[in-house]
Amino acid sequence: MAVETKLPYDKQYVNQFSEGRGEPDWMKNFRLEALEQAENLPMPKPEKTRIKNWNFTNFEHDVSGEKVNSIDELPEDIKVFLDQDPENVIIQRNGNAAFSSVAESLKEKGVIFTDIRTALTEYPELVQKYYMNDAIKVDQNRLTALHAALLNGGVFIYVPKNVVIEEPLQTIFWQEDNEAGLFNHVLLVADQGSEVTYVENYISQNNDKQAVSNIISEVIALEQSKVLYGAVDNFAQGTTTYINRRGVAYRDAKIEWALGQMNDGNTVSENLTYLMGDNSYSEAKSVSVGRGKQKQDFATNITHYGKFTEGYILQHGVMKDEASSIFSGIGKIEYGGSKSNAEQESRVLMLDHGARGDANPILLIDEDDVEAGHAASVGRVDPIQLYYLMSRGISKTEAERLIIHGFLAPVVNQLPIESVKNQLTEVIERKVY
Amino acid sequence: MAGSTLEIKDLHVEIEGKEILKGVNLTINGGEFHAVMGPNGTGKSTLASSIMGHPHYEITQGSVTLDGKDVLEMEVDERAKAGLFLAMQYPSEISGVTTSDFLRSAINVKRDEGDEIPLMQFIKEMDEALDYLEIDKNMAQRYLNEGFSGGEKKRNEILQLLMLKPEIAILDEIDSGLDIDALKVVAKGINKLRSDNFGCLMITHYQRLLNYITPDKVHVMMQGRVVKSGGPELAQRLEEEGYDWIKKDLGIENETVEQNA
Repeated sequence: MAVETKLPYDKQYVNQFSEGRGEPDWMKNFRLEALEQAENLPMPKPEKTRIKNWNFTNFEHDVSGEKVNSIDELPEDIKVFLDQDPENVIIQRNGNAAFSSVAESLKEKGVIFTDIRTALTEYPELVQKYYMNDAIKVDQNRLTALHAALLNGGVFIYVPKNVVIEEPLQTIFWQEDNEAGLFNHVLLVADQGSEVTYVENYISQNNDKQAVSNIISEVIALEQSKVLYGAVDNFAQGTTTYINRRGVAYRDAKIEWALGQMNDGNTVSENLTYLMGDNSYSEAKSVSVGRGKQKQDFATNITHYGKFTEGYILQHGVMKDEASSIFSGIGKIEYGGSKSNAEQESRVLMLDHGARGDANPILLIDEDDVEAGHAASVGRVDPIQLYYLMSRGISKTEAERLIIHGFLAPVVNQLPIESVKNQLTEVIERKVY
Repeated sequence: MAGSTLEIKDLHVEIEGKEILKGVNLTINGGEFHAVMGPNGTGKSTLASSIMGHPHYEITQGSVTLDGKDVLEMEVDERAKAGLFLAMQYPSEISGVTTSDFLRSAINVKRDEGDEIPLMQFIKEMDEALDYLEIDKNMAQRYLNEGFSGGEKKRNEILQLLMLKPEIAILDEIDSGLDIDALKVVAKGINKLRSDNFGCLMITHYQRLLNYITPDKVHVMMQGRVVKSGGPELAQRLEEEGYDWIKKDLGIENETVEQNA
């Protein structure tokens, strides 16, 4: 068998790690069971992307990260992600809680916004109720099981019934150590009638050293709740990323995703939303830029169970150098999901001859009385658009820049934090030029 | 002499190996409004596009100069910076780029670095232009031409014309698809620019545009050439009698570029 099937950490290690963090027994057992399952589960099989030789084993698991007393102590390249005096922010360093600030007004309303380690000791029952239950299963594949066994970072968010949070909650997951592996878990539970906006940033700088990030996010949107989930992923070239963002929307609930997927390393990214309840709604927008020789596989899936559900997928990718990416859009309507609508659009812009991009639209419909549609395209920057912009005096380079930024704007414009929006724009700029 | 001079001499243009323009001669001076008229398929739009540098057209012979400078040697953006403007028949839709951001970029490329137009001044100028053209203020924040109706696109072209203030403007069928009220507004915008420093070449099928913008000179194109030139009275006669009398006078049977000369 290939090297990657050998597990890097054993039972004894996981046992000790869990006990060292004072986790409840159920969590320790959850980890140990997952570890056992991992040995026999297959690797994920992304559409058309071979991940056999990717590094999923070479990383350090238990790396410390120092606390900071104030945001001012952070290096400039982390600080830029924060607006002036952010109220609600958690910063993690190599998976460890480094800084945390939550508005008193939110605490008074019963909002929980804390690192997952604290949540497991302070709110074990609430975490247990939702953790890897409805949105994703441990045994989905080898990497999800490994994630459950080796979890070493993340946050837990709980918004009580009918609480509407106006200000966004923000996290920064900063892999400061170049060899630190991140097994990050974001669990966001929006109780009935609540509303929340959450934005996360993933950052590493390991251009030469190898590391792994194995990330799972779960959004549980209970009846009539609304969640906007924004992200900027920016792992460096040395990090191999497996990221799985899941959502479950119950009756009348709404989940919107705005994902800026700007990793420089090989990446498998899945974003799957289950529209369980009648009249639930999801928008899944993601943009990405591929450069160098990186290989990426993006799958966005909205699966409709409830009646009158609506799902809109938008994926825009820019490919340069010799990068290659697959963009699969999957709209699935299960039997019983009548009067539902599944729409998707996947577009890839190719900047270099050596780049590869595939848009792969899939509609799986098991119900008659529905609407569905897809649009997909792969192409170069339209010379007629360039001509039009240039005819107003704008240089070719600038015209291309405008077209590319415009192409990636659907996600940039959706991010509610100005500094994160600016950072995404800057990352795009850096990756494209 | 005030204004710039655009000089087109013996211009031959091909698209995909097929010759469309077969020796066009025209001179437009600052302060002059010219109309190029003619039936469909006679090369009018090709003339407009090839002056601006449309990527599909190949110039095989002849010259285009602006104040003596070789326009055909210039990149498309350099042509604009030199003072040319083309209001296009089918403007592109640019998703994600607002009309306002785009216009500000376009204004600033003509200015030196460090001398960019102040934001407040830009907003004021744009608001005035929007009001003048009776355009909804929201258009400035909409993505450039995306989802615009035909009429909105035409007004947006004239908005750009007013804001960018070129030396010489070419208007390619700016009147097509406009109802009479929209046409009046568009004409009002174009007339506003009339001065000794501004020259204009209007390409149109119909005489009705010329009821609102009086040309100094009228040219008729057939078979990829200018076959007749005159004053405003020529447009009037075309309106009344059509093109047949010209064809008869010149012994032309098929006026389009299809014929093999």
